[in-house]
Amino acid sequence: MEPMSSSQKKMLVRLGIGVFLFGVCLFLPLESWHSVLAFAVPYLVCGWDILWRAIRNILRGQIFDENFLMALATVGAFAIGEAMEGVVVMLFYQIGEWFQGYAVGKSRRSISDLMEIRPDAASVERNGQILTVAPEEVQVGECIVILPGEKIPLDGVILEGTSSLNTTALTGESLPRDVKAGDDVIGGCVNLNGVLRVRVSREYGESTVAKILELVENSSENKAVTENFITRFARWYTPIVVIFAALLAIVPPLLLQGNWFDWVHRALTFLVISCPCALVISVPLSFFGGIGRASRAGILVKGSNYLETLAKSEIVIFDKTGTLTKGNFVVTAVHPQFVSEQELLFLAASVEYYSTHPLSEALRQAVQKPLDPGHISDFQQISGQGVCAIVDGKRVYAGNEQLMQSVGIVWKTCQSIGTIVHMALDGKYLGHIVISDEIKPGAKEAIGHLRALGVRKTVMLTGDNRNVAENVAEFLGIDEVRAELLPAEKVSAAAEYLADTSARGKVVFVGDGINDAPVLAGCDVGVAMGGLGADAAIEASDVVLMDDNPAKLPLAVKIARKTVGIVWQNIIFALAVKGIVLVLGACGFASMWAAVFADVGVSVLAILNAMRTLIEKKQS
Amino acid sequence: MKKVFHLEHLDCANCAAKMETAIRKIPGVISANVSFMTQRLSLETPDDIFEQVLEQAVAVCRKVEPDCMIRR
Repeated sequence: MEPMSSSQKKMLVRLGIGVFLFGVCLFLPLESWHSVLAFAVPYLVCGWDILWRAIRNILRGQIFDENFLMALATVGAFAIGEAMEGVVVMLFYQIGEWFQGYAVGKSRRSISDLMEIRPDAASVERNGQILTVAPEEVQVGECIVILPGEKIPLDGVILEGTSSLNTTALTGESLPRDVKAGDDVIGGCVNLNGVLRVRVSREYGESTVAKILELVENSSENKAVTENFITRFARWYTPIVVIFAALLAIVPPLLLQGNWFDWVHRALTFLVISCPCALVISVPLSFFGGIGRASRAGILVKGSNYLETLAKSEIVIFDKTGTLTKGNFVVTAVHPQFVSEQELLFLAASVEYYSTHPLSEALRQAVQKPLDPGHISDFQQISGQGVCAIVDGKRVYAGNEQLMQSVGIVWKTCQSIGTIVHMALDGKYLGHIVISDEIKPGAKEAIGHLRALGVRKTVMLTGDNRNVAENVAEFLGIDEVRAELLPAEKVSAAAEYLADTSARGKVVFVGDGINDAPVLAGCDVGVAMGGLGADAAIEASDVVLMDDNPAKLPLAVKIARKTVGIVWQNIIFALAVKGIVLVLGACGFASMWAAVFADVGVSVLAILNAMRTLIEKKQS
Repeated sequence: MKKVFHLEHLDCANCAAKMETAIRKIPGVISANVSFMTQRLSLETPDDIFEQVLEQAVAVCRKVEPDCMIRR
């Protein structure tokens, strides 16, 4: 889309000519009906289309049509000899309409800039040749080639090549992500430097990009309560104002034997204010802007209703693993006795060599040297306790306190947080290794910011053991913890918090969307960690944090509050101005000039205010 | 069945709201949504009468806002 459409340009020229002719008329030394005729020229130049639509629509039975009301008001002004007012009202109305179209187009474009993630073409390898086809035509399993500077068209796995990817359009994250062969890539990212060969893992319709685009495009369907309220209000507002206008024109002159011209003039003032445009346009525009602003930060909101709810967050519930913590176990401390740290780790990794437990993976990763399975024999897994094996001819035990007790070894307790793996070699205690889940970098900051935003309570629900959970919660500053929960218990815990809120407060649940879908759906707003490519999460939730960073949640709440604030500013401002001008108009104190301000001026101001939702505040 | 249509020349927010109200009144409509911002109409009806309802929606649209077209 171009910055200004051709019809907008034409209209601008027309308005320019209209203003010029109007200026000329003001200086013409004309009297009475000559001047009415003269003013009719700029009037028709500016407003012929309004008149035409008014006639057409009234023939179709559209009584309370804006075009008709505006035509009636201005023609009426001419009829009672206020030709200049008629022109001014029409001129301002048209300028307002033009500006409205321009502003809406602009904010629409700023949202569609987001849609830049839509890939246009894919270079696919077929029969030894590289063909350029539409992304929809590429099959799963085919190989695509992505040159530097190109957008990755489809989700897949890198077969060859290394590069950095710009994921800004998807996550709002400005640091490029380094990728190498074997890594998953997501369509919509931009390949920055190396040539990549990628095997496609999902067809376009199923890809992350397609899902995100669909989500953003559908978001305007989930309308906020305020939005529906305004639409309903608008349906009543116009007829009521018009009926009042009719009464004002007829009743007082009959009863009070007043001046007909004066009362008709007042009635026309009413007609000019009868359009609810300012409200009807600025409310959805604000929400649309808020959603757009959020998606630019990598926060996808599935509808303005969720933005509205998010603004009222009172209790925020977090899932632990995958949300506040990374969900990958790493060795965080080694406390050896008689041996070095590396020796203890090496021994632990060896004895766990055949184990499939997630902890053993963390041990293997902590050891830099390659392991030799030839030295390991007689491996046994002792359920719920640990493992044992013969390493280099010596019996090694690795496991929890129960295991140490059962094989009669005196162990040392450890104060560190996490899972403790005690080690024993030939009946001798060698120390222990602490393995824990890493806390995400943004987690602590997220809790702090939420509190600063006035969220009453933060809660952590987890299936993990109490000790670990409480320590994580304490470190992060979370108010309440519920640990050792089964999935069903998470749902009932969430229900308790739903009952705990004040009348207007809402419960937000933040999870990774993997096994907490029922909780996500059950709370007022479900926020999922999008985890590039986790489409299950994208589907189950109302809000998706694309880069998995919990610190985006307070930002989302902030954007939601700002948006809802702007919406209410507009509603109150527009209603107040219109109300005041209606009252003044009825009393004969407001001219049509004031009325056109109450209509068009308020629209323009409300639109400008609505566009503030798109503005990004620089964070220090 | 639910389908989404693009609306051309939907220039006024109030018309969009009026169209939405009018389309929702067509018998058989399960849900109808007109978004002024994205210029889209989403219409949901039972499968067998979708075309019929769509015809009526087009007619209603022409009545409310003659400039606006439902692109099919």
